[in-house]
Parts: sequence; structure tokens; C-alpha cells
Amino acid sequence: MSKFKKKKSGALPAISTASLPDIVFMLLFFFMVATVMRQNTLKIQNNLPYADQVEKLDKKDLVMYIYAGKPSANYKQYGSEARIQLNDDFASVSDIASFIAEERASKREELIPFLTTALKVDSDANMGLIGDIKYELRKVNALKINYTTKKGSVDQNQ
Amino acid sequence: MAKRAAPEVNAGSMADIAFLLLIFFLVTTTIETDSGLNRKLPPIEETEPPVIKQKNIFTVLLNGKDELLVEEELMEIKDLRQAAIDFLDNGGDGSCDYCKGKKDPESSDNPNKAIISLKNERETSYKAYIAVQNELVAAYNILRDRRAQELYGKSFAEMEANYDDVNWPGNKKKLKEQIEQIKLEYPQKLSEVQ
Repeated sequence: MSKFKKKKSGALPAISTASLPDIVFMLLFFFMVATVMRQNTLKIQNNLPYADQVEKLDKKDLVMYIYAGKPSANYKQYGSEARIQLNDDFASVSDIASFIAEERASKREELIPFLTTALKVDSDANMGLIGDIKYELRKVNALKINYTTKKGSVDQNQ
Repeated sequence: MAKRAAPEVNAGSMADIAFLLLIFFLVTTTIETDSGLNRKLPPIEETEPPVIKQKNIFTVLLNGKDELLVEEELMEIKDLRQAAIDFLDNGGDGSCDYCKGKKDPESSDNPNKAIISLKNERETSYKAYIAVQNELVAAYNILRDRRAQELYGKSFAEMEANYDDVNWPGNKKKLKEQIEQIKLEYPQKLSEVQ
């Protein structure tokens, strides 16, 4: 009978960690799939306002982004007034027309009417700047716009 | 000579490598916001705007101190949605058989004549502006939802979601017509004064 008693020992067996890599890989794949690499490095504060009647922007390749807000802490030398950012740099209102033309030129011709301009504007910016941007967009006939907002109640804006 | 099995590769550090990658992706991830309020800007026109009766215009003014003035009266932002619904849904001349408003002759004639005019000043803050835009869009959405429930038994948002869904099994052409019908009954006439 001693044949069956051979393996008996007092210590608890160690928990197998062989499946740990599997779990970590699962998480890894989730983040790899969910990650969207930022296109632009923001030089401005961009704390978006809240709204609850939002529509989703689909077709990411048909969206042109215009950012606006106060220069962030690293760019204090540009002043404390809200500024426009196009691509990776500060821009003035008059640059918007050429920016739109550039974006349009990079897209296929039949897609141009579907281009949308997303305005990612800091909630503390004033409407004077937005008004100027909108007027520039009207001048170049880029009429579809989207005020990008976070999803939430408007009460959170105060 | 005895045949020896190849020694097994130690996979203990696999978890470490995976963790390294995981932490890299965790740090670089920014869940980007890609939703917002869609609006359409008016084209620049040289022609004179048509004359519109004063009672068909609902003026909303947002001044430089973020105070809301609706039809020359101060109003809280939370009351704006209901005020806009009351105005749009009024149906003053009786030509609108689906309106449920008060039919006040002093207010708008018909939803397709009613215009909301939004004016802001240069000093107005963006967040206040977005809050007002949101409430006005909400007013239209509520009316459209109500009408869609009456006619087709589902909400307007649901109909639009179905239309965009490629896997939706129903008749898309018919759905498009229904959506257009509702948009015709409650057109979004939101004008912004420059």
C-alpha cells in the first residue's frame, strides 16, 4: 500500500501562475484595440463643455479638427488669450481658409461634400473667437460643423 | 546513447514582457471624444432676408455675462427647453393639426414657420453657448420624438439609429421617407445672428 502514500507532504502546493500571461495578454489586446493614437499634440488647454443631445461623429477620416483654447502651461509666452490651433501649431484666424483647402486637397474629390469640421474648443473660450472661426468657415463654404462636447448634463458646465 | 528530450523553454518571464507592453498601451491610450452637436452654418448670401412676422421669431440672447434673455425677459437655462417647445408647438393659425400647443395667436403660427433666433456677444463664454444650443436642439428632438411615437411607434433617435445601422433588416427606403416626413413637420430652423 505504500505505493499510494509516496507523494504526501505537509506543505500547500504553489498556485500555478502559468495562466497569468494569458490574462495579461487579454488586457493588452483590449488596450491595443481601444487605443487611438493622438493625431495632434495639443498646445492649448482643451476642457470640452458638456452636452446631452450629442450625435456621434463617424467616419473619422472625413473630419477636420480645429482646436481653440488658452495656451497651456508650457506655452505661457503666447499669452493668456484663447488661441486657435491647427495641426500641431498655433494659427491665426486667417490660416483657417488655407487649412481647409489643404485638407480638401488631401481627400478624394467625391468625399469633399461630406467633410465635417469638428470644433474642439475649451469651455472658457469666448464666443468672439468662435464667431470668427465660423465666419471663416462660411467664407470657404465648409458649412458642416460639429461642436465636440463631452457627454453629460449641461448643469456641469457651470 | 539515450535519446534526450529538448529542454523546455522557461516561460516565466512571458508575463513580464506582456506587462511591459500593457503598461505602454495604458499610458498612451486617450479615449478620444468623438461626439458633439452637429450644426450647419448658413452660406454667405448677398440677398436680403425675407420679412418674417415678429410673432414667428423666438429671440434668444446670450449676453457677455452669460445671462439669458428670451423674448426680452430674463430666464434660467433650465426653463429654456420648455419655453422653446411651447413656442415651436404653438400652432397659432390652426394649420398644424399635430401640434399640441396652446394655439396662442400671439405666438408662432406653425412649426415650419417658427424660427429660433440665437444671438450672442463676443464676450459670451463657449460653455454657456453650448448649453443654450443643447437646450434648443433638445426642444426639437423632443417634438420630433413625440411625433415619431405617434406616427410609427418608435422614437426619432431610434429611427435614425436604424437608418445608420447596416445590419438593420427593415426597409431603408421607407424609413428614409418617414424620417424626412418628421423633419418636414418639425424643421430645425435655428438661425444665428452675427
